[in-house]
Amino acid sequence: MLRNSRSTFGWVTIVLHWMIAALILGLIALGFAMRRLSLDPALQFSLYQWHKSFGFTVLALAAFRAVWHLFERKPEATAGLSPLERHASATMHVALIVLTLAVPLAGWAVASTSTLNIPSFYFDWFVIPHLPMAKSEAAETVWTSTHAILAYMMLTLVLVHAMAAFYHHIIRRDEVLARMLTLRQRRRGEIEKASGAPLVAKRK
Amino acid sequence: MIMQKSKPSPAALALCIVLTCASGPDTARASAPQLQDAAGNYGITGASRVHFSVAQVGGGGIVGDFGKFSGNFRIDGSNISRSSVEFTLYPESVETGESRVEDFLKSSAVFDSATYRTVTFRSTSVTQTGPDSAAIEGTLTARGKTRKERFSVKLTDWNSRSISFMIRGSIFRSPYGMDVGTPIYSNVVEFDMNIKGQKH
Repeated sequence: MLRNSRSTFGWVTIVLHWMIAALILGLIALGFAMRRLSLDPALQFSLYQWHKSFGFTVLALAAFRAVWHLFERKPEATAGLSPLERHASATMHVALIVLTLAVPLAGWAVASTSTLNIPSFYFDWFVIPHLPMAKSEAAETVWTSTHAILAYMMLTLVLVHAMAAFYHHIIRRDEVLARMLTLRQRRRGEIEKASGAPLVAKRK
Repeated sequence: MIMQKSKPSPAALALCIVLTCASGPDTARASAPQLQDAAGNYGITGASRVHFSVAQVGGGGIVGDFGKFSGNFRIDGSNISRSSVEFTLYPESVETGESRVEDFLKSSAVFDSATYRTVTFRSTSVTQTGPDSAAIEGTLTARGKTRKERFSVKLTDWNSRSISFMIRGSIFRSPYGMDVGTPIYSNVVEFDMNIKGQKH
């Protein structure tokens, strides 16, 4: 079950979602850590390079995620969601996908405009070229701020997104969070109602 | 030209014959300045240039100069191999055109110039490799570590008071505990120095 179905997310969507989620949370933590001025300079240099390599990883995954979002079918919204909730969640998902692209792109712009001109050597494996942008301290400063502001925006949206998921799981007790965790089907009654087929998937 | 500036000692002339004059004394002597004729004690002057570069993946790299250094050398006219040099440079004076790179090089990540104020080189042997060139081996001390290193020297200009050399050497930085940034930045530092000496 790689693909999404009418009622469930497939493994591709689920794995992309959680990989990107883990990476961006790790990258935000790493971003905070590496900006500490008191840090040992050699360690700081290494942390920046790790941040760039993981950031490019997110960019690639997010690009695939965006294409997947555009072309793969989306499961129907969980039953019981109001039109406003459906609209809000769809908007949030698009905003998160856009930010997972925009944040690493802005980071790439930082590396590209920096007068330090440090190559992006992806996990010491191959060089990712700089974007064709003029190097200057002014441009580097602007892109550093942009990268940080977009990252904070994304962190905020991630928190709202996560709180919404917990709200659905704990208060509303619906399938919103569960279906991003497993391939399990909707509740027995809904499935039987929807398809008339006998129940195959078990609830825990 | 050199003949006009000073008269070589008989010993130097003998060495010259052994080393270089096989093809004919006149042409060989006229072709380049020769080490033997430059015998003397010299102090390294501020007009010298201590340039270095570290390549980076994808091309380019860090290039810079050390602005502050000092040293002396002695050229033994009768026996080049008995010549010697001692050289000190101050990593605090590193210049790259980018202050953050300079701060990084001075920091504990690279030179740790607050703890180790100098990088020194003391020759242990000099081997003449041509009429105007030699290889110098010696001990390089940086960041508290001492290793044997080798530089090639080429005499480029010379008169009765002063002398200048082109000196090149490829130094691995990891043995000195300065391997930060590898493999993005090469482990090898290329030194390309123009050393000018003033006769004492």
